[in-house]
Amino acid sequence: FLGAGGGNDIQWCFSQVKGAVDDDVAEADIISTVEFNHSGELLATGDKGGRVVIFQQEQENKTQSHSRGEYNVYSTFQSHEPEFDYLKSLEIEEKINKIRWLPQKNAAQFLLSTNDKTIKLWKISERDKRPEGYNLKEEDGRYRDPTTVTTLRVPVFRPMDLMVEASPRRIFANAHTYHINSISINSDYETYLSADDLRINLWHLEITDRSFNIVDIKPANMEELTEVITAAEFHPNSCSTFVYSSSKGTIRLCDMRASALCDRHSKLFEEPEDPSNRSFFSEIISSISDVKFSHSGRYMMTRDYLSVKIWDLNMENRPVETYQVHEYLRSKLCSLYENDCIFDKFECCWNGSDRQVESLSLCTSDLSNIVMTGSYNNFFRMFDRNTKRDITLEASRENNKPRTVLKPRKVCASGKRKKDEISVDSLDFNKKILHTAWHPKENIIAVATTNNLYIFQDKMN
Amino acid sequence: QDTQEKDKAILPERAEEAKLKAKYPNLGQKPGGSDFLMKRLQKGQKYFDSGDYNMAKAKMKNKQLPSAGPDKNLVTGDHIPTPQDLPQRKSSLVTSKLAG
Repeated sequence: FLGAGGGNDIQWCFSQVKGAVDDDVAEADIISTVEFNHSGELLATGDKGGRVVIFQQEQENKTQSHSRGEYNVYSTFQSHEPEFDYLKSLEIEEKINKIRWLPQKNAAQFLLSTNDKTIKLWKISERDKRPEGYNLKEEDGRYRDPTTVTTLRVPVFRPMDLMVEASPRRIFANAHTYHINSISINSDYETYLSADDLRINLWHLEITDRSFNIVDIKPANMEELTEVITAAEFHPNSCSTFVYSSSKGTIRLCDMRASALCDRHSKLFEEPEDPSNRSFFSEIISSISDVKFSHSGRYMMTRDYLSVKIWDLNMENRPVETYQVHEYLRSKLCSLYENDCIFDKFECCWNGSDRQVESLSLCTSDLSNIVMTGSYNNFFRMFDRNTKRDITLEASRENNKPRTVLKPRKVCASGKRKKDEISVDSLDFNKKILHTAWHPKENIIAVATTNNLYIFQDKMN
Repeated sequence: QDTQEKDKAILPERAEEAKLKAKYPNLGQKPGGSDFLMKRLQKGQKYFDSGDYNMAKAKMKNKQLPSAGPDKNLVTGDHIPTPQDLPQRKSSLVTSKLAG
């Protein structure tokens, strides 16, 4: 398995696992989003209970050159609470759908977190000093009896134990009739978009009482509704360009310079389908659950139920590459429809971007050459665009010896099962890996199972 | 031979479709169509009828509970809520186990 870095294999090893060991998972503990910040120093998770937990990588220990810093809890806070919209009789879940970090501009860190209806800008700041020596207050805050004050002094800042505080700086509310599935920060670092099932809005990070609607696919007659928006993302470099994917497997690229309301796409990406191949499941499994631009913005990747597709922005009529995540599920679609698993929304991500890739392959000029996505049975998959090799790994506490390379897994689709293979019927469909994240600069990955967060690193030296 | 291979690929999907249709003969022709998407858009909708609620509370037996309104496409509550069923408004919560 060739990774970035000129011919060295990436050998993934267990590093850490966070979360409870017990099998009885409370709804609130279900992880719903995972995201590294721009430097990779911070790793945020959101859950169904509306809570955000942020981990910080410890500074590299010079004596421990064989492993990178571990991630420890840095801050945790309640981002969203459950609400009830009485006017519409609508229960609003507190589940965090997405977290997106802002690039760091000063000492504080900022992130956007969203549930189905409301986006919030959170400021996470450190306090490691406090003023001491007030004239009128005791150290514990109680006011002194003024008659006992006989001298004057200037309070000084003294070190204190590090305290990390999270405070909501902006609340962006009341702009979405339908359920928000995506937020994406623009490369101008001033605006961002939020997308729900039928509409996409553009916000300025400083302004909460106004947002601009830039896409509206709601039909005049709801009976005519045929598709919904499933994901949206800004282009990494072009601040007027964004894409959105649909439940019908299409991706539309829009340019905000063309008009105020981007109802007419600039490009439409769609793979032609042979009508004779159509089945009851075709449209459902073609629904795109995630879209991610490559680091240069030349390519984008989409995830549908069974595959990951890489698209070249210059070619609309078909993807340039298709990778099968778990093709063996095609013969299980009936039961996957019955247990609703067919509607699971898997995400996908690219490898980090700062490594110099020395391979001669054309696509490596993009530095986005490895794709990662989740599957069932706590398996996750990686595809190397250069070598065309792929690997299946498992996030399990049974593999938790640090610095031991993870053993590749294999699913036996049919026929005689070899030793160490697992048959399709033995897969646990309740153990889904929907959310994964790759450190922006290093080969460190965060993989979320239902209620646990695994961190894997490549084996150094 | 190319079409043969394509048939092989599509065969499992068609077989699954036949299985599903055998189990649910009334399944609509357009799975990705209006009804399915409408259900997705209406996630979270909780209709509450105080009349139904009070009747359930009074535990009226042998009485016909009101049926669904004329618009059958709209999702209404699965059952008449009673005081015990109503979800408690959660107040601020336990810390996440990830931080433990």
